[in-house]
Amino acid sequence: MTLEAGDIRRYGDELFDALVARRAVAPLTERVADITIEDAYAIQLRMNQRRIGAGDRVVGKKIGVTSKAVQNMLKVYQPDFGQLLSSMVCSEGEAIDTDRLIAPRAEAEVAFILKRDLNGPGITAADVLRATDYVLPCFEIVDSRIQDWKIKIQDTVADNASCGVFVLGGTPRSLRGLDLAVAGMVVEKNGEIVSTAAGAAVQGSPVNSVVWLANTLGALGIPFKAGEVILSGSQSPLMPVTAGDSFHCSVGGLGSCSVRFA
Amino acid sequence: MTLDEKTIQQLAAHLEDAEREARAVAKITDAHPHLDWDDAYAIQASIRARKEARGSRVVGLKAGLTSRAKMKQMGVETPCFGLLFDYMSAANGSEIRMAELIHPKVEAEIAFVLKQPLRGPGCHVGAVLAATDFVVAAVEIIDSRYENFRFDLASVIADNTSASRFVVGDVAADVEGLDLRTLGLVMEKNGEIVAMAAGAAVLGHPATAVAELANHLARRGQEIPAGTYVMSGGATEAIPVAAGDAIHVRFQNLGSTSMRFV
Repeated sequence: MTLEAGDIRRYGDELFDALVARRAVAPLTERVADITIEDAYAIQLRMNQRRIGAGDRVVGKKIGVTSKAVQNMLKVYQPDFGQLLSSMVCSEGEAIDTDRLIAPRAEAEVAFILKRDLNGPGITAADVLRATDYVLPCFEIVDSRIQDWKIKIQDTVADNASCGVFVLGGTPRSLRGLDLAVAGMVVEKNGEIVSTAAGAAVQGSPVNSVVWLANTLGALGIPFKAGEVILSGSQSPLMPVTAGDSFHCSVGGLGSCSVRFA
Repeated sequence: MTLDEKTIQQLAAHLEDAEREARAVAKITDAHPHLDWDDAYAIQASIRARKEARGSRVVGLKAGLTSRAKMKQMGVETPCFGLLFDYMSAANGSEIRMAELIHPKVEAEIAFVLKQPLRGPGCHVGAVLAATDFVVAAVEIIDSRYENFRFDLASVIADNTSASRFVVGDVAADVEGLDLRTLGLVMEKNGEIVAMAAGAAVLGHPATAVAELANHLARRGQEIPAGTYVMSGGATEAIPVAAGDAIHVRFQNLGSTSMRFV
């Protein structure tokens, strides 16, 4: 930690205000040269405390920076995480108002829903398989409260891992007999296929991504509870979104998820 | 057709000698800029005649340039097609000798084995699925006979669509209940993930490539005979390989294929 408690609070409040006002702020890394990732998580915590104080509730976690492409871009070779809050939940079929967001981009992912607590450290893939109630295809709509997405890793971590809103698909599937690493993902934007990939795009498997999260949260003393939703990381490129766009993803053995914007 | 029979035979000998001697040559459209598709397929047919005269046999058909990205890049609307010969088949798990090749690349794809003949025009995905005995995992080793893999569409068709070697997987799967569109493929080189895709990367559905092959042959008064092995085209990008490289590809529901280059 290089920042004092007062600075942490101030930057957390600034990002909370930016979120509420839908007005982006200058990158923190341009203002605090030696800001650490630890500082950034402390700022994230403050920002989310403000949201909870305003009536929001934690419903899960998102894992970001899971693909090689994004890791190379940010020059960080591990994922990050943010909190999912009840106000981020959108329904499939509902038109998401782009005015709610600043600079939204869509990512297609697989979501896990836990049936048991995962108390790291020491969590293995076997524990995650056992603790998973079901998985669903989903879209995460990321958004940045940092101007023009000019983010370094500390900026995105402080900004709750750039989480915007998310949409879950409708068909729950058990992980039994399903190898998520080889499950193919097809993403369409306005009816045109824009990318295909497989679960291995996320840390070799979305399961590995959740293992990382459980152990990281455990080390930080953050609870990871039964019933939480975990967005395991993008299997598509970041796709810019404008009003009128619709996206569809389908995952082999898992079903599909749609999202549209107005 | 822009070329006379003698030129077609000369170009076929030129390209086939390049293949047999494992050396790269300039693309033939440099010397014959007006060479069209019909010329190109005539050269391919002449290569076939040369190989058959030497005792080789056609053991399958292949589609090439099947990804939308590649087709856009080449400015074409339909894929191109080539011939698989007996000596090109390498067993799953086998060693492939680099000395026999020029600058090989590997791509993972889904192969079809037909139980009924397919005849165009108007052949579509449904007809292909109805005529399919089983699908199987496949890896194609492409090896353009052109310097630096630089070619245009007519040149690559004349060069038998860069066909060089192929490896067939061990799991024959019924198409019934199998979603080939979302079927995931994950390619590893020396243990590291280097490419991923879902079946939809090939023309939206790999069976489309087989249907287009049937329609292509129909224009020449031919059909795809029952029993034919058809490779539907690379779903992943083509990955260069060198001596010492090991390739392993995992396919959703279709097992895996591997090979080593020595």
